[in-house]
Amino acid sequence: MKHRKNVLVKLSNLALAFSIFLLTGCQQKESENTKLPQLSEVKESGLKKGETLENAIELPPFSDGIFPCSDCHTDLTPNPLKRELVDMHDDISAMFDHDKENRWCTDCHDLINRDYLKLASGKLLDFKESYKLCGQCHGEKLRDWKVGVHGKRTGNWNGKKEYLLCVHCHNPHSPKFKQLTPEPPPIRQEDIN
Amino acid sequence: MKKENSRRSFFKNISLASISALALNGCDPKALKEFLQRNFRTLSKKEKNDIVKNLEVKYKETYGKEFHVSAEPAMEGVLFGYALDLSRCIGCRKCVYACVGENNQSREPQIHWIQVLEMEKEKGIDLAHSNVHYNPEKVPEKGKSYFPVACQQCRNPQCTTVCPVKATWQEPDGIVVVDYNWCIGCRYCMAACPYGARHFNWGQPNVPAEEINTEMHYLGNRPRVKGVVEKCTFCIQRVRVGKYPSCVEICPVGARKFGNLLDSESEIRYILENKRVFVLKQELNTQPKFYYFFGI
Repeated sequence: MKHRKNVLVKLSNLALAFSIFLLTGCQQKESENTKLPQLSEVKESGLKKGETLENAIELPPFSDGIFPCSDCHTDLTPNPLKRELVDMHDDISAMFDHDKENRWCTDCHDLINRDYLKLASGKLLDFKESYKLCGQCHGEKLRDWKVGVHGKRTGNWNGKKEYLLCVHCHNPHSPKFKQLTPEPPPIRQEDIN
Repeated sequence: MKKENSRRSFFKNISLASISALALNGCDPKALKEFLQRNFRTLSKKEKNDIVKNLEVKYKETYGKEFHVSAEPAMEGVLFGYALDLSRCIGCRKCVYACVGENNQSREPQIHWIQVLEMEKEKGIDLAHSNVHYNPEKVPEKGKSYFPVACQQCRNPQCTTVCPVKATWQEPDGIVVVDYNWCIGCRYCMAACPYGARHFNWGQPNVPAEEINTEMHYLGNRPRVKGVVEKCTFCIQRVRVGKYPSCVEICPVGARKFGNLLDSESEIRYILENKRVFVLKQELNTQPKFYYFFGI
């Protein structure tokens, strides 16, 4: 009788062990210590360490049909006098809010070479480099923008980055960032069914 | 304890074993294999690859699209960090919905990994009286400030220590992840997280097939099931291949910054070294890798 009992116990233990075996999975292999990709390998594909980017990737956001300015301005006699604009560019005159009291078109746009901007030094500047013009007054912002703290960067955190120019977010004639319509708020917990 | 070698215990054990065997036989082999899958961290590279390949097939059957599920490991020499410029945030919630789209959060019932809190400027950072349901015509509103909160990716995460099944852990690159196959839905981690950054699938998550992001990571944005916890992973499927998280790329004011804390040339390190930063609930010693700062 005792012998039979022992066999029964052994059998039941076997059955239990088998079910545990099933549940824990059959392949108890050691996880392989795979080699991780090196950061330096990734870096090579993009911007080199310490390399700075001088130009933004996207072109300046001109209004349709406005550029090149010389299309119209070659036939016009330049008038350097500060005045309220009528007929053409009256929209800019209306919105102009960038130290309006002290400034005027030709502080930034060159009077003669209309397709260029002008630094305070008199140096002409392509529209693609407008950030240098902004940086004359907003030097701290330019510094932060260059290192990626001010403004938006897209692309790769460990490689090539795309920049936006100051004027992609700030209208140069009215630079304060405009209000946006917010996306809808989350559903209230009490409204979840 | 005294070993009970009785006829009774034999019948008890044998019936248990046969019930479990029967239950396992009832499933189809694929589901059985998935059920018996071990913890992700203990799997070999080959096993991981087999699993993600099987998932690609499974998701294709469900959604009728081609999927790419990755098991990309952490890069060496990388510790991810995040910084958010509170002086820029305008509370537009674009990040919230970019995150939902990128990471396949359930639309109905709704899950948002990012909460944007609206605060009274006068009161400073006042979490207790903040409002997540603000909905004016236009933002930012006069006198209001906005404070986005998601997972703070703590160096000392409390959510992982309380998990009874080790279904959540911190990866070598600092991202706190969840293995949805191991999560038992006890929600201890949610109780332990002081930031409300973990979210529970109370119902069957629902993502429309036409909106689902097919670029996935096993530890990130792959579809979840009812009864598991999920959280921000810094867009693990993007950042492990060098891209910025999707909230960084959508932010219209450039308030969100991301990079490698171990790279002295990174923008995140520049911020830490040149701006005054703070972490949320510093007194709890969670040591977040998510920093807030005022850029102005």
